[in-house]
Amino acid sequence: MPACDCRGGTLKPVSLKTPLGEEVLDLVAGDMVELSGIVFTARDEAHLRMMEEGIPFDPEGAAIFHCGPVVVDERIVAAGPTTSARMNDLSGFLLDAGVRALVGKGGMGAGVVGQLKERGVYLALTGGCAALAASRMTLRGVYFDDLGMAEATWIIEFDRVPLVVGIDSHGRDLYEEVDTHAKEQFKRRFTL
Amino acid sequence: MIKSADPSLMKAVSLSTCRAFLEAEIRLPGDIRRAISAARDAETDTIARGELQNILTNIDRAEEMKLPICQDTGVPVVYITLPPEIPLDQGLYDAVAEGVRQATAAVPMRPNVVTPLGRENSRDNTGAGMPAIHVRPGSRFTITVLPKGAGAENMSRIAMLLPSHKDRIARFVVETMLIAGGKPCPPVVLGVGIGSTFDGVAALAKEALLEPVDTMSGFERELCDAVNELGIGPMGLGGKTTCLAVKVKTAGCHTASLPVAVNVQCWACRRATVEVVL
Repeated sequence: MPACDCRGGTLKPVSLKTPLGEEVLDLVAGDMVELSGIVFTARDEAHLRMMEEGIPFDPEGAAIFHCGPVVVDERIVAAGPTTSARMNDLSGFLLDAGVRALVGKGGMGAGVVGQLKERGVYLALTGGCAALAASRMTLRGVYFDDLGMAEATWIIEFDRVPLVVGIDSHGRDLYEEVDTHAKEQFKRRFTL
Repeated sequence: MIKSADPSLMKAVSLSTCRAFLEAEIRLPGDIRRAISAARDAETDTIARGELQNILTNIDRAEEMKLPICQDTGVPVVYITLPPEIPLDQGLYDAVAEGVRQATAAVPMRPNVVTPLGRENSRDNTGAGMPAIHVRPGSRFTITVLPKGAGAENMSRIAMLLPSHKDRIARFVVETMLIAGGKPCPPVVLGVGIGSTFDGVAALAKEALLEPVDTMSGFERELCDAVNELGIGPMGLGGKTTCLAVKVKTAGCHTASLPVAVNVQCWACRRATVEVVL
């Protein structure tokens, strides 16, 4: 188990509500979180649009959700996280503007780990859990709907969505720790 | 012999295909659910346990709400066993494709199939060579579907090893998961093909994913344990369970070849079989 002794792993999840403030700076990688309140979805296209035209919502304390939901009749049918690493080079301006949390799956690059320092956290949502996610989310509106269902920025209200702090604001990155451990294990077993 | 153009035959094939997708997309097979449940019980790490619990809760919600388990409803892969009285012709392929179109609306499945270079979406999950259909002779007329999501499929690999490098098979399997990390949404099932030809070994690896995960041979268990030693864990956040099971399928190969393929499957190892009733 990588860094088993110092993984956060709080037994009771920390309740958070957007807009987020400095409370996110107390979170440690490995902490369990339940997030409530308004979040904004954004994938590749929405990030590019916001860089060009500006952010259409108040970014102060906002949470960005890497997700392309399935929306039918203005209702969320499925809304699992997408791979966050695609947004590695597109997230800096959001954090500069006051965004406090990025929600997705698979973690993000070293650049984002640096940008999150003293500012915000990366929160991991379990991949593939579309039905669970949809049962805890309510659609409240949309920006950039011309980008299509997957790429638009949906305004979604979270109701205690279960997340794990994957990267904290102190530079700790669970994914990096797990990867380092896996490489060591592999080398130990298969040295040629 | 039943005539190929028989409309009732075509209708039965389409309907059975659609029913199989409805089942596969919404309800995970019992053996997979049991394996995830056992993995949760065995986990001592809080994060890993939480991830597995989220997956189990999601499986229940999908079934209750009759929603797809995952928003990536995959591309359609179909296995058919054909009894001698049913003709194998274009009509059969067309009827299966029609079933996929019906399922795309009925589940609903996300329209995932595009042309490879122009990236034009057909909007109904069909296309040239899609659904991927594999036909075998059999005594019963059955349709088995395996909707395959991209996150895990993209991490699959193939190698043409040297016959003297049998001991490298384990290394190649474990290395596949080391490279994949958390990207294929672990805990995964690994379908491993050994032998056959360059194309055949990939087909073997995929067919291995149809096998129940309740039991593993000694060799499969050994591979599974070696992958789990990596500690990648559920969703790449660390933990005991990176791999729920390894399933191996073998076939004869050239004396100078040792093809190996690993088909990576996310925890949503969706499959369902429907018997076509005429």
